[in-house]
Amino acid sequence: MGKTLAEKVWDEHVVRSTPGEPDLLYIDLHLVHEVTSPQAFDGLRLAGRRVRRPDLTLATEDHNVPTVDWDKPIADPVSRTQVETLRRNAEEFGVPLYPLGDIEQGIVHVVGPQLGLTQPGMTIVCGDSHTATHGAFGAYAHGIGTSEVEHVLATQTLPQAKPRTMAVTVTGSLPEGVTAKDLILTLIAKTGTGGGQGYIVEYRGQAIRELSMEGRMTVCNMSIEWGAKAGMIAPDETTFAYLEGRPHAPKGAEWDAAVAHWRTLVTDDDAVFDKEIVLDASEVTPFVTWGTNPGQGVPLAATVPSPEDFDDPAAKAAAEKALAYMGLEAGTPMRDIRVDTVFIGSCTNGRLEDLRAAAAVIEGHRVAEGTRLLVVPGSARVRLEAEQEGLDRVFLEAGAEWRGAGCSMCLGMNPDIMDPGERSASTSNRNFEGRQGKGSRTHLVSPEVAAATAVRGTLSSPADLAPALV
Amino acid sequence: MEKFTTHTGVGVPLKRSDVDTDQIIPAVYLKRVTRTGFDDGLFAAWRGDESFVLNQPAYAGGSVLVAGPDFGTGSSREHAVWALQDYGFKVVLSPRFGDIFRGNAGKAGLLAAQVDEKVVRALWDHLEDNPGSEVVVDLEARTVATADGAIQDSFDIDDYTRWRLLEGLDDIGITLSHDDEISAYEAGRPSWKPVTA
Repeated sequence: MGKTLAEKVWDEHVVRSTPGEPDLLYIDLHLVHEVTSPQAFDGLRLAGRRVRRPDLTLATEDHNVPTVDWDKPIADPVSRTQVETLRRNAEEFGVPLYPLGDIEQGIVHVVGPQLGLTQPGMTIVCGDSHTATHGAFGAYAHGIGTSEVEHVLATQTLPQAKPRTMAVTVTGSLPEGVTAKDLILTLIAKTGTGGGQGYIVEYRGQAIRELSMEGRMTVCNMSIEWGAKAGMIAPDETTFAYLEGRPHAPKGAEWDAAVAHWRTLVTDDDAVFDKEIVLDASEVTPFVTWGTNPGQGVPLAATVPSPEDFDDPAAKAAAEKALAYMGLEAGTPMRDIRVDTVFIGSCTNGRLEDLRAAAAVIEGHRVAEGTRLLVVPGSARVRLEAEQEGLDRVFLEAGAEWRGAGCSMCLGMNPDIMDPGERSASTSNRNFEGRQGKGSRTHLVSPEVAAATAVRGTLSSPADLAPALV
Repeated sequence: MEKFTTHTGVGVPLKRSDVDTDQIIPAVYLKRVTRTGFDDGLFAAWRGDESFVLNQPAYAGGSVLVAGPDFGTGSSREHAVWALQDYGFKVVLSPRFGDIFRGNAGKAGLLAAQVDEKVVRALWDHLEDNPGSEVVVDLEARTVATADGAIQDSFDIDDYTRWRLLEGLDDIGITLSHDDEISAYEAGRPSWKPVTA
């Protein structure tokens, strides 16, 4: 019997396999940031251990950094201590670090692919649940906790029980104006937040093949939001074209050898998945969330659902709690929901292509009265490249704020937070209670819907906008 | 890590599903660089509500949390496990856990025991009818019971995590004993694999 993509990558990384024990997997790349690493480095120090492979480890600062005044000392002393602790640890243990102010600084999951460090067939871990982003390249990538961060630092391996495999086949093509974000939000609404639990998911089918690398990263990024251990997409010409020439991509004969191997990283025709889901891309429309988990979403054209729409008692109770928290009435058209803040950024949608898409929608328009638009590039390099294309001018002329790189308003940790009761349309990945600040209310959307929403002040798609006054 | 064999403690009914790790501890509490002191952030958004279960004196000293399905989904923050432990929890019972949370719990010594949803509902009723009553969790036998024996059932946990918890073993120590195998694997890695330095 043939193997799935996930099984091939897994098998290539087994250091040790013993019945009754998890496999010990070798880790090709370990990404580190300031929030989930200090206790891990402390553990090493206490045990007198070193970092086994600093040359397979990369640190940057993203979660807890400001997106304005990043050239000044961080104002919050507790945040500053955390960032300075990472700098001290990186120096002491010899780990390469891209600190705030460096052109390669940014969100870990934007930085890895952009440098060409994320490559097909690798095992990649990070103390961050959105590590599945890197699966877009055909890597087995997943988030780990701090104890595991310490384990990987010390051993460059991780004991892992083998997850089951699932295929999500997306047939047909996404309609014009429908994005990777709409696709993944639609999928999560169908499966629920626990639907992928215990599985490595492979996204496949025509609509997936037709996605750019950025779109594939958006899809894989949100694998954790339906509980999956990891999301993967088999590498193809799109992947190789993205990688070729990047700073850490192989060169010359090494490139040829690598590509020859990468071409074998596809699921064999006779391989069997433990579970399969099929989704028709042609039926997907712009999709937004109404509730407090990423599975509570509906098409933008729909209305806020009623708890009575759910048969399962737990789902019914969850809907009641979510509507109360979100301050929404069942039956309200989603398009009538007014937002205070629009956030474009994050590891889900903070790449150059996302900023281009949002800028194309907003060009020639103004941000609505009473609404603020925050545009936060995923990395300092994305910011620079966007500025070289003049995207910053488009956003600034529309009345948006153009910020420095970081996780920003995706999580209420750094200075970019919302006030209690404030409502956002956000291109990030989680609409959990309080995620964007205590009492904040989040609607997850695509960059295109975010931009149109900023113009109208209510949840909107680009099709709702009057022609721009250019 | 301390060995875990059995634990008896006050059961706390947390009657919610989808308690993600942002609910367990919001991001703003993750700024510490120490390993302890995270109990101040535990369920921070709910602690201000007088009716919240941990604000009821009968449950205040609780150590066995009984939660609805999909407990610990979302962010990978191990701080969620530390916050529960810092508060005094030794065990969390739920019909389904977020993968990363369950892994983190096993590493840090918090028992994440998977029980049937019916058991959770029965325990919720029992703990509400008998506030402050105790729950007995036996890792050796993989059983959970109310102290009066009214409810008795089994729970699921993978064999390897159970063994490590029973023995109180440190994963890194185990792995480093296989250093020669790691080195042998490293020697065979393709030369085109990237390095960060």
